[in-house]
Amino acid sequence: MASVLTPYRHLLRGQVRAQTAYRASFVVNLVSNVWATVADVLTVLVLFRVTTSLAGFSLAEALVMVGLSACGFALADLAAGNIERLRHYVRTGLLDALLVRPLRALPQLLLMDIGLQRLSRVGVGAAVLVAALVAAPVEWTPARLALAVLAPLAGALFFSAIFVAGATVAFWWVESGELANSLTYGGKDLTAYPMTIYGPAFRRVFGFGLGFAFVGYYPALALLGRPDPLGLPGWVGWVSPAVAAPAVGAAALLWRVGIRHYRSTGS
Amino acid sequence: MSTVIEMQGLRKEFTVRVRAGRLRRAKRTVAAVDGVDLAVPRGELLGYIGPNGAGKSTTLKMLTGILTPTAGTVRVCGLVPVPQRTRLARRIGVVFGQRSLLWWDLPLRDSFDLLRHIYRVPAAGHAARLRRCRSLLELDGLLDTPVRQLSLGQRMRGEITAALLHGPEVLFLDEPTIGLDVVSKQAVRGFLAELGAAGETTVVLTTHDLNDIEKLCRRLVVIDNGRVVHDGSLAQLHQRYGSTRQVVVDLDEPPAEPVTVPGARLVSTGSDGRRLTYALAGAEAGELVARLAGAGALRDLTVLEPAIEDVVTRLYTDR
Repeated sequence: MASVLTPYRHLLRGQVRAQTAYRASFVVNLVSNVWATVADVLTVLVLFRVTTSLAGFSLAEALVMVGLSACGFALADLAAGNIERLRHYVRTGLLDALLVRPLRALPQLLLMDIGLQRLSRVGVGAAVLVAALVAAPVEWTPARLALAVLAPLAGALFFSAIFVAGATVAFWWVESGELANSLTYGGKDLTAYPMTIYGPAFRRVFGFGLGFAFVGYYPALALLGRPDPLGLPGWVGWVSPAVAAPAVGAAALLWRVGIRHYRSTGS
Repeated sequence: MSTVIEMQGLRKEFTVRVRAGRLRRAKRTVAAVDGVDLAVPRGELLGYIGPNGAGKSTTLKMLTGILTPTAGTVRVCGLVPVPQRTRLARRIGVVFGQRSLLWWDLPLRDSFDLLRHIYRVPAAGHAARLRRCRSLLELDGLLDTPVRQLSLGQRMRGEITAALLHGPEVLFLDEPTIGLDVVSKQAVRGFLAELGAAGETTVVLTTHDLNDIEKLCRRLVVIDNGRVVHDGSLAQLHQRYGSTRQVVVDLDEPPAEPVTVPGARLVSTGSDGRRLTYALAGAEAGELVARLAGAGALRDLTVLEPAIEDVVTRLYTDR
């Protein structure tokens, strides 16, 4: 297993070296990326200036959802956010270059475009999550601790799957950016708030149908030990990280079909 | 000799949408490669030529596993390219004239080092091949320069080296000399000739530059509109399309009577009647020259080899 991953590790090493070659711009990007997550937190803080509870959740409880969502999204954005460049690779035929190497195309793409400048955003997301979990009334058990670690990771996988699935559309329609962005960036905002604030139809389609409810809201309920106002049983929160599995499966399938459709360019 | 590349009835169709009205767009299917049968034995240096849009690159992309064929079968090193792409990639090397396979921001040395890990080749073999490329392609001064700062010719030499470092059985080159200056072209051709002479590596070369073919390839496949229109040696191509060597002579005086030799045809006579041009179709140049010298004082003499461009141009316009 380790030897299978070795080439990818070296690819990552090369990428790190290439990205840090432009040192000043790397640092600027690193710093400016902090603001993306800070803005999410500020939005919630502003909301709580006019109310003391959001759909029955206190500030600290709401921030647990923000933290889970921000952590998961920032990790996914770091690992897979730049996959949207796929449409550029498809249009210019640059994907050819990856396909003649003895490595799988998708991991290569992910590694080549890894957004190291977004590392700072992961840090902020993690800080928000930890602070919220400390401030919120959580009765810590080993299971809750495991869930607090697992949920953001599953969220990262879930968002990565959406990034990949959205980008894959480029194999059919070369200009497809906005569709993917509405699901990724829109989904991030969606997962940061309690599901109860959304209308039933919206909740059904995006929360349950596409699975966004299981990224922030349900794990947060399980961590906080609260019953679901929407009436789902308590174990749902505990198994919600599993939502990443069908998402990753669907994205992988879409990718496999998509790459067979790759047309390259005329020369 | 074993066969390294085999194509049977290979076909690739693309769907293009053409404007059919103000808003309507009609679908049309275009065959970029339209039933190509080809077998390439080990160690051959094959030139694959054709005009723009003939299907050269598309064929190469099906051979390397980038594109899925619409119909037909293809095998390279005994493998089916698309499903066995990563296995095949270890055994072939690819150079694209139009795009880089190197790391844009890294020095060549780092790119080569990364490739060693990506292909997981033993360090000794890698170092030996790099040493050979370094001397033949004169890379020594370039190894520490980031790829983005290399000139096109320098980069191409880097690309060829990168494609050979894992010791591939087949090297595919898609227009490797496009945009290069004369000196760089010469360097690339010289290197490929050397590689071909060693006979271990099968080389498939697509090109626009017919000089590449003339200098390098014993076998020539001409493709047009997705079909093979010629498969054979350069001499056979000339023979088939009636291109001939020409003898141009300048005489002191116009000959008293026409000089005729069987197998040589008088193509033109200069306005003053002293310059004669003959096309050789079977006759020996020496025989003709001897007869001409007998007819009058010979002042100057040129033998023109047929230009491959002329043949190919004729091939394309005759369709």
